[in-house]
Amino acid sequence: MTVTATPPAAPAEATRGTRLARRAFLARELGIGLALILLVAVTYAVNPRFLSAQNVKDLLLGSTILAILAVGQAVVVVTRNVDLSVGSVLGLSAFATGTVFVASPGLPIPLMLLIGTALGAVLGAVNGGLIAAARVPALVVTLGTLYMFRGLDYMWATGKQVNAADMPAAFLRMGTATVLGVPVLALFAVAVLVAVGYYLRHYRGGRELYAIGSDPAAARLSGIPSGRRVCFAFVASGALAGLAGVLHAARFGTIDANAGQGIELNVVAAVVVGGVAIFGGSGSVYGAALGAVLLTTIRAALPVLGVNPFWQDAAVGALILAAIGLDRALSARVGRSLRERTAHV
Amino acid sequence: MSERAAAARRVLGSWDVIMLIALVVVSAVGALTIDGVASPRFWRFVVLEALPIALIALPMTLVVITGEIDLSVASVLGLTCTVMGHLWASGVTSLPVLIAVSLLLGALLGAVNGLFVTGFGLPSLAVTIGTLALYRGLAYVVLGDRAVADYPTAWTTSAIAPIPGTTIPWMILVLAALAVVFAVVLHATPVGRGLYAMGNNAEAARFAGIDVRLTKFWLFVATGAMSALAGVFWTLRFASARADNGSGLELAVVAAVLLGGVSIFGGRGALLGVLAAVALLGVLRNALQLAYVPANTLTVITGALLIASVVGPNVAGMLRERLRRRRSTAPTVSPIS
Repeated sequence: MTVTATPPAAPAEATRGTRLARRAFLARELGIGLALILLVAVTYAVNPRFLSAQNVKDLLLGSTILAILAVGQAVVVVTRNVDLSVGSVLGLSAFATGTVFVASPGLPIPLMLLIGTALGAVLGAVNGGLIAAARVPALVVTLGTLYMFRGLDYMWATGKQVNAADMPAAFLRMGTATVLGVPVLALFAVAVLVAVGYYLRHYRGGRELYAIGSDPAAARLSGIPSGRRVCFAFVASGALAGLAGVLHAARFGTIDANAGQGIELNVVAAVVVGGVAIFGGSGSVYGAALGAVLLTTIRAALPVLGVNPFWQDAAVGALILAAIGLDRALSARVGRSLRERTAHV
Repeated sequence: MSERAAAARRVLGSWDVIMLIALVVVSAVGALTIDGVASPRFWRFVVLEALPIALIALPMTLVVITGEIDLSVASVLGLTCTVMGHLWASGVTSLPVLIAVSLLLGALLGAVNGLFVTGFGLPSLAVTIGTLALYRGLAYVVLGDRAVADYPTAWTTSAIAPIPGTTIPWMILVLAALAVVFAVVLHATPVGRGLYAMGNNAEAARFAGIDVRLTKFWLFVATGAMSALAGVFWTLRFASARADNGSGLELAVVAAVLLGGVSIFGGRGALLGVLAAVALLGVLRNALQLAYVPANTLTVITGALLIASVVGPNVAGMLRERLRRRRSTAPTVSPIS
């Protein structure tokens, strides 16, 4: 699984091995992309209205929040950690958005986006700080903060909810507005995806996240500040969940303390379907985002295909199993041919 | 320090004992300060509520000790409930048959998990997130959004019937018997020692002649069967089979197992601590409800306990290590960690 973690070397010294690894990287994303295209094509053939402007808009809107969360989760998962608290962070941020807007309706929207992101970053720093400083497993800490953050959300909301009528109209318009047929919210997701994807691929800090996930001990020995990097990954995941919370508020308008409840396993599923190895070191945020879009599209496509909607969850589950199975087969093949080639050198 | 004092400190300092003490202290404080905690009715509800979690926590402890995890347990419970409900609604009226079919189904679902994890070598976290969705989805396929609720009263009352002369449900005896079986396997047999060995180092365990794959496979089967048993109990206790029965329960079980002192990385933990943790959470939840503390506070407390259970020992260990290093004047090679 560590094979594809090989950082892309400078073209001049690119060995056949790294080229192969890159091809495998492409194969993963291409595979999910193809599956997505196939699904859309079949569904379109059955019912052309599946690709009507309105439906495409709904699909993109539906994928946005899951995709942003999946990008953040992918950053954490490549370091061989997991962040189960994202749903609760989203919930807190969404409720904070509603509360702030009720208190000061004139607040500029960009400032609100910033506040939500910052709140998420602080919550992420709680996770990252505990994990890095006390050296405790991420699964346990973020399961703990999943409960704590959600509990705080309930205590804060005390059963009340913020209604769409209390929100600034401009903010709610952002939730449904489109630019050239593409929802504004989806543009947020694309911006996040490109920025994080570029950082992970071309910055030292990003490459080091993969190194940590491939082999934590080796990463430490080679002088990578593991604790700080992992902490950063959790801050990033928290910040993106915070941003997702604000977008959730914009999209749905009405918010209670349950926003985002139970979404964490969906997010992990999207990341896994997107070809990010659950034990770290390989995969990309593009794959994770594609995974999120694929999961959303399946849920939307099944009713159109005439499949009983009760089959949705089962189909998603089967897809997850197929994705990790394929991924294992693929990485085993790459690993084998890499070993063969290096043996000949 | 004499050897006996050292041994006493080891016992008192062990996590299981800390959990037991916490359980006793919380129960005592609750009984003294909150009206109703001392009543037998209170304990009846604690047992009824904690039973499904405890039933699943038994095999889950063993699974986590081997370094794996099973997140599909609540979905296995849900699917079992719906299949049982469906069979009842379509004319299967023998309770033993229903129970047997349910347990078999649970074992089969567990075997699918086990096959993916041990046969194909896939990470259990990812596999069981997949089957979590798959099994819950199948539960919806079986019953949709219907509920089957017309079980004979004789069944539903006998499922929660108390031990004669007490208020404690007799099902706790089933739990106790199963707990003894699991405890003996884990703590007193070569198989149990093997579980710790493969949790610490699967490779080394394999070289020591332990069939890691086969053992883990059967553990997943056992987890499925126990989740199904919890499902049967759930169906009869609430007299309702619904596709969303027990949804979200997997995290409660994992939280109890981890709070009970089992390391998520495997190789460490004991059943006593886990059972004490299940009971502690149950008592806390019910006592706080009686004290009119909102359920949300308990959510926060559960999370905080969980974090404290891993952060506490780690920080204590780090402080001890630092003290020791400062005390020893001899130059030592600092461990890389």
